[in-house]
Amino acid sequence: MPLFDRKDKSRYASFTRRSLMVSGGMTAVLAVLAGRLYQLQILNGDQYMTQAEDNRVSQRLVFPPRGRIIDRFGVELATNRRNYRVVIVAEQATDGIEAALDAVGKIIELTPHQRERVLHDIAANKKFAPVPIAENLSWEEFARLNLHLPYLPGVQPDVGDTRDYPYGAEISHVLGYVAAASQQDQKGDDDPLLSQPGFRVGKRGIEKQFDAEMRGQAGASRVEVNAYGRIIRELSNVPGRAGSDVYLTIDCQLQRYVEERLGNESAACVVMDVATGDVLALTSTPGYDPNLFNVGISNDQWRTLTSDDHKPLLNKALGGSYPPGSTFKPAMAMAAMDNGLADLQVFCTGSVTLGNHTFHCWKKGGHGHVGLQRGIQASCDVFFYEIARRLGIDRMEAAARALSLGAPTGIELPGEIGGFIPSRAWKLARYGVPWQQGDTLSAGIGQGYVVVTPLQLCTLTARLASGKAVVPRIAHVVGTALQPRPLPAALPFSDKAFAVVRAGLNDVCNTPGGTAYAWRITQPGFEMAGKTGTAQVRRISNEEHLTGVRKNESLPWNLRDHALFYAYAPAAAPRYACVVLIEHGAVGAHPQVQMTRDILLFAQQRDPVRLPTAYPMQAVQSAPETGGT
Amino acid sequence: MTLRPYAAARRTLSIVEKLYEINWGLVLVIAILASIGIAMQYSVAGGAWSPWADKQTIRFVIGFAVMIVVALVDIRYWMKIAYPAYFIFLALLAAVEVAGHVGLGAQRWISLGLFDLQPSEPMKIAMVLALARFLHGQSVEDVSKPLRLLIPLAMIGVPALLVAIQPNLGTTIIIVLDGASILFLAGLSWWWILPTLGAGAAAVPLAWKFVLHDYQKARVLTFLKPESDSLGAGWNIAQAKIAVGSGGASGKGFLQGTQSRLNFLPEKQTDFILTNFAEEFGFVGCIALLILFGAVIWYGVQTAMSARSQFSRLLAMGITLNFFFYIMINGAMVMGLIPVVGIPMPLISYGGTAMIAVMFGFGLLLSVHVHRQVEIPRHSPGII
Repeated sequence: MPLFDRKDKSRYASFTRRSLMVSGGMTAVLAVLAGRLYQLQILNGDQYMTQAEDNRVSQRLVFPPRGRIIDRFGVELATNRRNYRVVIVAEQATDGIEAALDAVGKIIELTPHQRERVLHDIAANKKFAPVPIAENLSWEEFARLNLHLPYLPGVQPDVGDTRDYPYGAEISHVLGYVAAASQQDQKGDDDPLLSQPGFRVGKRGIEKQFDAEMRGQAGASRVEVNAYGRIIRELSNVPGRAGSDVYLTIDCQLQRYVEERLGNESAACVVMDVATGDVLALTSTPGYDPNLFNVGISNDQWRTLTSDDHKPLLNKALGGSYPPGSTFKPAMAMAAMDNGLADLQVFCTGSVTLGNHTFHCWKKGGHGHVGLQRGIQASCDVFFYEIARRLGIDRMEAAARALSLGAPTGIELPGEIGGFIPSRAWKLARYGVPWQQGDTLSAGIGQGYVVVTPLQLCTLTARLASGKAVVPRIAHVVGTALQPRPLPAALPFSDKAFAVVRAGLNDVCNTPGGTAYAWRITQPGFEMAGKTGTAQVRRISNEEHLTGVRKNESLPWNLRDHALFYAYAPAAAPRYACVVLIEHGAVGAHPQVQMTRDILLFAQQRDPVRLPTAYPMQAVQSAPETGGT
Repeated sequence: MTLRPYAAARRTLSIVEKLYEINWGLVLVIAILASIGIAMQYSVAGGAWSPWADKQTIRFVIGFAVMIVVALVDIRYWMKIAYPAYFIFLALLAAVEVAGHVGLGAQRWISLGLFDLQPSEPMKIAMVLALARFLHGQSVEDVSKPLRLLIPLAMIGVPALLVAIQPNLGTTIIIVLDGASILFLAGLSWWWILPTLGAGAAAVPLAWKFVLHDYQKARVLTFLKPESDSLGAGWNIAQAKIAVGSGGASGKGFLQGTQSRLNFLPEKQTDFILTNFAEEFGFVGCIALLILFGAVIWYGVQTAMSARSQFSRLLAMGITLNFFFYIMINGAMVMGLIPVVGIPMPLISYGGTAMIAVMFGFGLLLSVHVHRQVEIPRHSPGII
């Protein structure tokens, strides 16, 4: 048998043939690959380039520092402070989240509530997003954590900004607070900052009123990130714009004094510059600690605040409505003076009858002969029933409105309500029955449908004192812009009306027989002039009138009358107006009068309106001064 | 083609003559490709020799030495050890089932004390050797005889099955493709080929239901609808396409690829290394790379055609096709043409066993070229 035969030849030919076929196939496959490369890189290259760039570059917002809130003398009421905190990055916590939290919990205190929140936040965010474990650590805690960091994978220290209110609850109702933006906050506001975890917006008070100005503008940092989202390096940085500072007319020292003086009462107080309407102090007690909301208030704390019958979350100075009681009478006296009732004399027997209803004076035996000035001094109800009867509701309403009642004053604070001054048309529309003369008499002594806010009463006081239509203002400069401050308009009352009513208010405090005489300011030159008031919160039956009206002391707290007092000082040349309202506080020796006395004395002795202010000079110079002292 | 006289072919060449006979053009292309691979390892490490480029260099140097040594060994010696080698690696492959490390969810490595071996890589070379050895003794008519056909089918089927149960779909496919194409080149009758292809097509649904693992099915499904799982398995496909596409015409430049450096690509130093090359060197670079691969294949086909023994021809074509199938599957995978299967790009991807195995294969190819004039009778008892 030969070594090689025809079979070898034929299979060589077959091999060559099939090798060429295979080569053709290989060439075709390589051509397909080349075609695919052409499609991906040449035809769609730009599109993939964009996608690669989107992968690589991430835009991060840089929080701008929030504007501060500063009082008239430069005292910082709300500011930003370094926030030492510790965060956890889930993707880096190689020992597991639980283990990391356990380890951190051995170094700083962690409540079960905090742990729960961290686990929830980690589940809700991407694996590379830092989730705060604990904020506002002390330097000592922070240092201790840093020491242990090498043994805490995924745990990182972090220093950020947090809102700080150095005076806590003392100025809470003016300042408000900041908290995480809610769904509602994000509606109609396309600021990208709002959706950032950890960003805070103003929720109440000045923080809410000037939120847009104080918020500032976010900076943007373009960073290169890897597939896990970790930042590799910064590519570019557009700095943001810091929020504007807000300068208030508030005098922090006076505010704190007022706060202290009101003590534990459920009360409101406003102190105002009678010439400009600058609010020097605005208080509602009890307050709340605005710092609580910033870091996230606990359920227990929230429940305590909302279930308190002293309503710490309500700014009573402008959000609470109260019958003005006798403090309404000077407004009626103003109307009487200019409507031919200046010389009216009434004999008070202690009550007056209208139809089958008897209207009582607060003094059971009556005041005897009473004129306008003495009517104010003694707060004679019967005298003002007669005034009301003769004026009629229309003229009463006009006078009350001219003196700032019945509508919001427009102060730069959210949550202000307008109080209420009734009218004929309103009653018909509301109840379907015409206005009755009995309604007029009740309104004449500030009861019935009439309700006001303490801020309105303070404005009324300032208007009575200055004779001008001053409007309350609390913000003076925002950033570098001077807030509008129109010159107070004239009031539709005669000078004589002011003179007589002021004399009556002076008599209330400084003449024996005045309802506030016992608690007057005795220091010469500091005397105050004002008007007391008691607002009934319950109906007193005829039987009770016969057997004797029950003393407030014998009633449960929430049925006692509200105690009101407003005054201006010095009586001879007024500079300060002050109102104090104590909810259900008409017990004992007129505590509201004593408080007002002390506050007005403090204010005059300190005399903030005559001290040089610390507003930014630039703002004051660049904007035309339209008013003020 | 100038053929040397028969007598000259019979004479054993000296070492120097053999070195002279080595196809240095092919060696040069291989060296260029391996250098590109090392450069890519350097690039995906963020411009650092560690942890991949340095080791890859050492492996290439070792592989290069292996290749030259293998090239100088007489082709008849390789024919002689074809069967023993085949059985040794088959045994090792079986051993991985028992003692192999579990890597990436599959048992693919075996520890040999000094280093870890992935027996499926040399298995392919050994199988090509053994098939060439067996088919060398078969005439065209013999190949298609049913009973005789059972032997090469078993030689392909047993290792394919062992690799498939690891499970390693990619390598299984390559073993089957290697074996089938060698049978085709050996002259298998179309009467076998066409019905088999038909039956294979019909068997796809059955394989889907009974053979494929869940993760393999998931890969196929993800490939067909990548957007259905854009953050999971579809992520790989999408990111690979972005990387390749974003290279554009001329690429972002060496070390400027962002997709792999920022870890958007999985397996960036191994199976998906080509995406980094495509991103940094663009269409121009990719075509150049394809041309280099094409040159290797061209040399391989040339070598096969010029060899004078059936063993040499089948061996050379088998090695060349093995190399080609790697390129085809890996290239199509990273370009999103086929589902993701774990196949590296030869010479470019990081991997020790694969590098040595590929270089060993090229050594055999060069040996065929050096000994192309050696004639071996169909029935050669001396060798068996």
